[in-house]
Amino acid sequence: MAVEAAFRRERAAVLATLIRQLGDFQLAEDAVQEAFAAAIVAWERDGVPTSAGAWITVTARRRAIDRLRRDRTLGDRIERLKVLAGREAAATDEPEPSAVSDDQLRLIFTCCHPALAMQARVALTLRTLGGLSTGEIARAFLVSETTMAQRLVRAKRKIATARIPYRIPSDEELPDLLPGVLAVLYLIFNEGWAASGGERLVRGELCAEAIRLGRLLHGLMPDDPEVAGLLALMLLHDSRLQARVDTHGELVALDDQDRSLWDRGRIREGERLLDGALRRRAPGLYQLQAAIAALHATAASPQDTDWAQIAALYAELARRTPSAVVEVNRAVALGRAEGPNAGLAVLEPLLRGGTLDGYAPMHVAHADLLDRAGNHAQAARAYLRAAQCAENTVTRTELKRRAAALA
Amino acid sequence: MPQYMMLIYSPAEGGPSPEERQAEFPRWGSYTQALRDAGVMVAGDPLEPIDTATTVRVRGGETVLTDGPFAETKEILGGYYLIDVPDLDAALKWAAQIPSAPYGSVEVRPVMVLPGM
Repeated sequence: MAVEAAFRRERAAVLATLIRQLGDFQLAEDAVQEAFAAAIVAWERDGVPTSAGAWITVTARRRAIDRLRRDRTLGDRIERLKVLAGREAAATDEPEPSAVSDDQLRLIFTCCHPALAMQARVALTLRTLGGLSTGEIARAFLVSETTMAQRLVRAKRKIATARIPYRIPSDEELPDLLPGVLAVLYLIFNEGWAASGGERLVRGELCAEAIRLGRLLHGLMPDDPEVAGLLALMLLHDSRLQARVDTHGELVALDDQDRSLWDRGRIREGERLLDGALRRRAPGLYQLQAAIAALHATAASPQDTDWAQIAALYAELARRTPSAVVEVNRAVALGRAEGPNAGLAVLEPLLRGGTLDGYAPMHVAHADLLDRAGNHAQAARAYLRAAQCAENTVTRTELKRRAAALA
Repeated sequence: MPQYMMLIYSPAEGGPSPEERQAEFPRWGSYTQALRDAGVMVAGDPLEPIDTATTVRVRGGETVLTDGPFAETKEILGGYYLIDVPDLDAALKWAAQIPSAPYGSVEVRPVMVLPGM
């Protein structure tokens, strides 16, 4: 409905400003919620006002003032009432765009503060910056609504009690704090993309929300190449959304995807962002991953893909953050660039190492390389091992089918 | 300004040798001085080793004493600082500079503000 849509668009910005003015997450959220209830009545009657954001800000601030007057347990309420009365008197309710941006940045860095557990950061970011309800977030992360509500309350209480500051980090703090923010957004995206443990393969709303937040952050920090790199990475992955699952809801491997279903608009946008970021000559981990995704996205077919370049990018990723998972991907790329035996040579030590033994993609890669090296019996066994490790039922069925086809 | 307690823990085993601890000593002195110079120091002390601890419990009206700490732990509380800083970020920055932080751990807890105090 129109009122709800208008409200969702404005909610995060209004909340961000109100939290700063009130110095209290919970009070600000409650006031915005009450303003929404008032908006439903007023907007249905009179239509959505042209500056809906200003309308909600004023209404929410008045509700907060009422609340502070009524509730005598709220500690430094006199001080806060003074601040709010000042805002009412000033009565400039069309806020400066730069002030709004600054408040949203403050909100992002507070929600993603490293003193909060990762789960709490994700939940808080989706609830306050995204448009998701507590129930929707709970369902997306397969926990009960009560559990999710408690997680949110605990996080907000810690912010208030431990005094996690509501501010934009200084330039010298940014390198320490920005990766944490980017990790939250990427985790939200990946949770939607991988849908671990769930029946549904793609929980599109989480991917869409992560991209929306990525755009918001990129709009607020347009000069940061890793912010642009992350947004590019998410867009390039997301471009394959339609091709990734077939009409029966089954997973389609990259090689087998109908590339005409890939979203050209998303690919172009991702490439443009990545090009802009790379020109700043500070290629970080997200830009490297986006560069890999871009090589896939712009190849006409699996055979036309620049696998040698992809293998080189994985080698660079591995050099910066040594990771067995990255090595698996390098093995796949090298297997395509130089033949299956080159890939198997990279994979051998990982298979013997045992740390990734429960990691399905390693066994899938192993199976594929064995298959192309002509070793079908071992390939079938590797597919079955992969099926045992797969968390997703759709994926598991597909892997068993491949094993059966080879046996 | 809010106060934060920094509880300083060190591993019970595998920590620095007595010689290394000796060598670390001047750094604790200069750290404490830095807190004072910044005007954030409220209090702070090292504690005697854990084998000097006595744990007291009153159960059913009777006082029960135990020789040693209240729980067997892999990390031992070795001292504390009480600081007065504007927010958690400031407290966490000070915590990261504690000389034992590279091998031990520092728990940072806000001091509860009681109403009317």
